Parts: sequence; structure tokens; C-alpha cells
Amino acid sequence: MTGNDTRGSPYAPHTDAETAAMLDAVGAGTEEALFDIPDPVHFDGEFDIDSRSEREIRAELRRLLGRNDDLTEFLGRGHYDHYVPSLVDHLADRSEFLTSYTQYQPEVAQGFLQVLFEYQSLLVELTGLDVANCSMYDAATALGEAATLSQRVRSVSGDRALVPELLADGRREVLENYASGVGMTVETYPMTDGTADVAALEGITDDDVAFVYAETPTVRGAIEERLAAVGAVADAHDALFCLGSDPVALSLLERPADVGADVVVGDASTLGMGTAYGMGLGMFACREDYLRQVPGRLVGAGEDASGRRAYTLTLQTREQHIRKERATSNICTNQAWVALRAAIHAAWLGPDGLVELAEDCVRAAESLAARVDDVRGVQAPVHDRHHFREFCARTDQPAPAVVADLEAEGFAVHAVDDHLVQICVTDTTADRTDGFVAALREVAR
Amino acid sequence: MSDDEANDALTYDQARWTADETRYEPLLSEKDTTAVDIEDSPLPDDLTRDSLELPALSEPELARHYTRLSQMNYGVESGPFPLGSCTMKYNPKFTEDVAALPAAGVHPARSERSVQGTLELYYHLQDYLGRIGGMDAVTLQPPAGAAGEYTGILVAKAYHEANGEDRSEVVVPAGAHGTNFASAALAGYDVLELPASEDGRVDLDALDAAVGEDTAALMLTNPNTLGLFERDIREIADIVHDAGGLLYYDGANLNALLGRARPGDMGFDVMHYNVHKTFATPHGGGGPGAGPVGVTEELAPFLPSPHVRPADGAGDGLAFELYDPDQSIGKVHGFHGNWLVLVKAYAYIARLGDTGLADASAKAVLNANYLAEQVDYEIPFGPFHHEFVASAGEQDAADAAKRMLDYGVHPPTTKWPEAVPEALMTEPTEVETKRSLDQLAAAFNAVAGEDAETVEDAPRRTSARRIDQVAAARTPRLSWQALED
Repeated sequence: MTGNDTRGSPYAPHTDAETAAMLDAVGAGTEEALFDIPDPVHFDGEFDIDSRSEREIRAELRRLLGRNDDLTEFLGRGHYDHYVPSLVDHLADRSEFLTSYTQYQPEVAQGFLQVLFEYQSLLVELTGLDVANCSMYDAATALGEAATLSQRVRSVSGDRALVPELLADGRREVLENYASGVGMTVETYPMTDGTADVAALEGITDDDVAFVYAETPTVRGAIEERLAAVGAVADAHDALFCLGSDPVALSLLERPADVGADVVVGDASTLGMGTAYGMGLGMFACREDYLRQVPGRLVGAGEDASGRRAYTLTLQTREQHIRKERATSNICTNQAWVALRAAIHAAWLGPDGLVELAEDCVRAAESLAARVDDVRGVQAPVHDRHHFREFCARTDQPAPAVVADLEAEGFAVHAVDDHLVQICVTDTTADRTDGFVAALREVAR
Repeated sequence: MSDDEANDALTYDQARWTADETRYEPLLSEKDTTAVDIEDSPLPDDLTRDSLELPALSEPELARHYTRLSQMNYGVESGPFPLGSCTMKYNPKFTEDVAALPAAGVHPARSERSVQGTLELYYHLQDYLGRIGGMDAVTLQPPAGAAGEYTGILVAKAYHEANGEDRSEVVVPAGAHGTNFASAALAGYDVLELPASEDGRVDLDALDAAVGEDTAALMLTNPNTLGLFERDIREIADIVHDAGGLLYYDGANLNALLGRARPGDMGFDVMHYNVHKTFATPHGGGGPGAGPVGVTEELAPFLPSPHVRPADGAGDGLAFELYDPDQSIGKVHGFHGNWLVLVKAYAYIARLGDTGLADASAKAVLNANYLAEQVDYEIPFGPFHHEFVASAGEQDAADAAKRMLDYGVHPPTTKWPEAVPEALMTEPTEVETKRSLDQLAAAFNAVAGEDAETVEDAPRRTSARRIDQVAAARTPRLSWQALED
């Protein structure tokens, strides 16, 4: 079959004889007779979408996506590219994983359930919190769900959510959409030199604050040094303290439980996913007190009829298919397969590999910042902080021009404002820094 | 059928896992863990954790671990997967390859100029989905069907607010997907449940009584969850529109309509598409999916930002550009949604084209009708489209489903919708052959004829026996750390 002359769906296996026999069995003369659609809404037009062969579509997409420039991406600000080992692709693409459904029949889904149980366990170890769910869409939606959680679990009322003034645009906007549904307002607290201004935060926190959010590393790539103090401010007003991070950073940085975090959110797609134009894996962990208010799915260990350990989706009475409008979230399809990829990647790295990768994120950023600082017309890092993966640099030339010129040289970085660029380096770009610094030297003068 | 005979008929037998205790797969943490002390790190001690303890195994060990786990899992390629409303159809292999093209994976913060290919593909998929749904504008940003519902309801809310209207209620039929209720509630709406009429469809009188000046929207799927087409859809649309409300289409059942009817033509103002259902992208064990949202022209200014459109090309020569719709609700995902899923959906639609899409629906409806004809359980209501809801009658539907596992097939969705007692909601999709439908019917009918004791003791030929979900919920153990307590 070439494909162009497709008479029908290539994935509908019916021969003409079978179709005839089946129509006969149901007592219909034609397939059309089976459609119970009244004339006024019957569609008689065309979509004007041509059927193409596999080969043609592959060529088309290669050609189309080939219009993307081939750039080395020193980009971050909430989405990071680490090398994904081949093991992840090969195992995650096993069709029993890839083409399965939500584990509503656990007796034939033990494999996936165990992987998700192991993924949850990974997050419990990384955060020090008691409970992790088995995925949300991304960091932004996980943050939104955490804010709505505060309205269900907090003992006193209050509708203010406080977030850092420097926050990825996507996170802020998504949070506002979730917050508006439960009547919360989102306000910001000031930052100093890329991290939280705790005194200012304390000054604007009162009992109407239900939710305080901080990140480490921050959107500027700075490691937040006063997390426990932020947590104390939240605690003093019985507000939920939510910390944003990612599993690679948490392999090295302070345990969220040790700084008083009630909830941890973030993007776990730093493991297993690659850039994927921003496809994410929302991480969500919290204290056991909130167990029955957690959004999304939970996998638990139980026993089967023969007394052997077995896994199952659990506490489903929180979920939309049972509680409908009183559910803890509307999550149905989540990011289970992406969580599976993250779990395999983490297992491949092991504890040594995870810590090493995290330490490299600190070393590579600090070393590149020092080299960038040597470039005439550029000062880096702008913030006097420890950095993780990324940092900001001040440019004498207008930042948008520097960014555009770098792009012409094959490198992508962020323009933050008129004279500020942001540069992110990970294991996938560490070997391209010589060329990058050379290009920067050319364009920044 | 005896268990031995059942075994002969199995296409997929997980029993080997229970037959041999040693092949049971331990947790990684039970095999080996290492605690790494964090010292000599490039950071001061007070910024780092003390240690990290996790499994430490070699790549060969991991390859076996996950391969064994995959063998303890049932997917579309393991056998029939007739889960009603979930549209579990075969996922073509080549779509995985095109999504894995290096150029498919770019950073979401790239400049428009440098990702013209990605934006062009994005635009073409927006356009394809618009044509298929009869909608004027489509956003691809929502990362799942329920996220699409939420987005659609936020768009409806913004539209009403822009018109100076404060409407507080969303009306949802009793048999609707649970996500409809949850999404409307999440957006801050009161949810009004609409009882069904005796024929399983929307009761026009009840609808008339339910809607009014508080109604923001009616959320509806068509065909509905009983597989029945809402023939009065034009009247339904008129009633809702006359009250000033909007009509929301839940795209979960769109597979039944491709090329035969379009939500836009039926009077729907806003809809979501489940590309992981209708357009055969893998469900991934529960995700990722993608839930693009289509709207009419009136609602387009409220869509999430950014949106993709052809550039005029005048100034900087771009072919496609990102822009923020005038009255956008903002963002519903941190970046651009589940991009790789969208690439697969594009490839699937391109493979099928007009004729293939129409044939997919034709065969999905034929398969459902043929299977229903062979099944001994009672099937109330009709005529149905791509799915039907049988009643397990005296049997408990959940028990009957467990017993079907012993016959090597995945059971239908159970206990829902409530309009049918002990519901077995069955959607075979177009990818099953007549032979596999016959096998599926044989499994249904074998179970239908079995005594209570046999059914209640099932399953016996799966990698785990019946799991006590009540006990698991009573004593939640959600991590390997919790198992050690």
C-alpha cells in the first residue's frame, strides 16, 4: 500500500467480506444506516485533508521541522534539558507501557502501578515529605493546584496567595487561572538580588495570606538561601508554605521537609523528557495531613487475594469520577508515562549519578559565569548568589541585540530586560561553551 | 468454559507471573540502595541536604526490571481494550518516530524566528482540528481533556464577563463524564445536574426548566455516554442560547462522528478534542494526552495566549507568529502544552485524511453494533453509535469485569453511567477485527453464564489476584518508605 489511495483507515482491519458479514449480522444495509444523525446536523462537506503515506508524512515533517534553526540552546527559566539515556526511550516505548490506560483494572496493570509507586517513592526521598502523587501536567499547573489546596486544608480563612515578584510568566498566569476559580488573589513579594526579601515578605503577610510560594533555584537560577525563614513567615500565619524545585536540584539542595515546606511542586521533566517544546511533568508532594485533599492520582500498596503485595490506585474517593463537583481536582488524564520516563532516568543515574549531575549544575553555571564575566562589555553573574544551571549577565550593549546576534551565531539565550540576558548550561551544552563564549565576545563589544 | 479451556483462548496470559514466586518483581529499593553523603559539594553545607538514599543498580538489572514490569501490564497491543468513553485504539508506530525527530524537541522559550517549522506545524494542526470540529479557532495549549474542559469553561466565563454578565451556573447531564462537573466547579461555578429522559437522552422540558439567567453553559457530549445521539441537538442549542448560555461540547466521543457531523454545525460554541482518543495518540498509562479547545469566532478573542497565526510577512519576513488574543484568559499550561502528543496527532490525521477519518468512524460504529449483537447481556436504549452500555443484570459489574480478565481481554468500563444498572460500558473502536470481536463476545458470554462463586473469585490468571482496594485505602501506603514502617 502506498497510502495515497487509502480507501479508508489503514488501522481498521476489515475486509470487504467482513464488513458485509457484520452489516448483515446487525441487519443494516450500509454503514451509513448505522448513524442516527438527523438531516439538519448531518455534515456533507469535506475537511479537505489529503491522506498521505507514512513515507510522505515523515518527509513532510522532516521538511517542516527542518525550518527550525539549528541552535545550541543555553535556555532555561523553568524548562531544562539534561541528557536522557537510551535506556529510557527503549523501555518506555514498550507498548505494554506506552499504549496502556489509567490503571482502573490493577490486576492487569501491576507493572505500571509499580513504576508509579517507585516514582512516588523517589519524590518522597527527595522532598522528605510523606506523600507524592503520580504526576500533574507541569510545574505551573501543580502550583495552581497547590494554591487551591490551601483553601481546602487551612484552618483559618484567607484568600491571598503570595509569590515571588520574579516568577516565570507561565507560572504566574496559570496560577491566576486556578486561583480565580476558588476566589483567591495572587500578589507578589519583593526579591533582593534574585532571591526572596524575607523582611519585605514578613511585612506584607497577615492572616489573610493562605499560601506562600518560594522557589529554589529561583527563576534567575539563584539558590534560595533563606527558605527556612520564608517557611517561618508562612507558619506564623498558618499559611501553606509551598516550595518549587525539581528532582535534580533536590538531589543536592536542602530537603524541603527540613525547611518547613508543606507542599513541594515543580517540574520533574528535568528527568526523562528533554526539551519537547515545553512538555512537562508536574511534581506534587505534601505532608501526610493533606492526604485526603491531594489533587491527582495516588498509587498505594495493598494485598491481593493470595496475600501477596500488589499495587492499586487508591483514595479514589477524592477523584472526579466519584466525587464529581466535590473532587479535589479535575485531573483525569495526567502525565503517567512521563513520570515513568523520569523514574527510569533517576534509576539509571542512581544516587551517585543524581548528586553528581546536581553538583555539575552548580559548577558548570559558576564556571561559565566566570568566563562570561571575562568578556568585555559583559558582567556575570549579576546576582551575588550561588547558582544552579543558570545565571544572569548584564550587557553594555542592548540585550535584545546581543540575543539576536548570538542567534545568528547559532546560540539561543534569553533577553530578560534591556541590558540583562540569562544563560543556562547543562550536561547537554557543557561542551559547547567555548564556542558560545567566543560568539559572545564577538557580539557584546 | 473451564479454566483450561479459557487458557487456550487467551491471547494474553499473565499467569506465568503468579505461577512462579521467584519471578515476582521486587521493588528497586528491595534489591539495592546506596546512601550518598553529601560532602565536598561546591555549595556550603547549610544549603545542601545531608545524604540521599536511593536504589543503585546497573543498567542490565534495570533493563530486566522494567521489561518484567512491562510484561505485567496490559496495553492496546496486548489484546482488545474496549473501555467505554476512553477510545483505546491502536497507536500507529510511525507517529512515535516523527515525534522523536530531533527538530521536534526545541526549547519552549526559543524566538519565533528560530522555530518557524514548529509554529507552522502548530498552525496546521489548529487548522485541521478546526475543520474537523467545525470551529473557527483552536488552541492546542491544554495538556489533557479535562484541562481542555477547564480552559473552555474559563473562555466561556471570560466571554460572559466581557458582556457584563455574571452567570453562576453550569448545567451538566447526570450521565456526563465526572470531569465536566469537576472542571466547572474548579472554575468557580455551581453545577446543576440535569436528569436524563426515559430514552437516555436530554429531557427538553427538564432542560428548559434548568436553564435561565444564571446559566453560563451546558456541557454535553454527543453521542452521549450511553452511545446515543442527541437527536434534538438543535432544540437543545436553541434553549441554551435563548437563555443566554453557551453550549460546550465534550469531545470524548468525537470518534463516532468524524465526517458525519461537526459540533460547530450542531450549535456548539466551544469544545475540546481528546487527541489521545480520537486521533490515536498513546494514552501512556494515564497520560500525557492533549485537550485542544475549539471555539466560534465570538469566543476566539478569549483563547489562551500565545496563539499561532500566519504572519503578514511584511516587516521581518516571518511566516508564522505567536500572539496574544485581545481578551485572552492567559495561560493554562506553563509553556505550549503537550507538544509531542500534538505532533503524533497531526501525523495520524495526515495519514487518514478525509476518507480515513470518515472510515474510522464508520468502522467504530459498525464494530460496536456488531459486538452488541453478539453479547448475551441486556443492552437497554438505542440505537447507539460507537459504544453501548450493557447491564450485567444479577451479576456485579465489577466482578464480571474481573472475570473477563481471565479470558485474556480487557473488560469494559464498569458501573457507569448510572442510567444502566451494573453497567458494562463497551467501546471496541474501529481497530478490532471481526475475529477479535467474536473473541470478546465469547468472553462476555462465558462470564454471563457463570455462577456467582466463579465470578467473585476472579481473576485467577493475572499477575495479581483480586486486590483489596478498600483495605489499601484504609491504610494508605504510598511509597516504599511507608512499607518499611
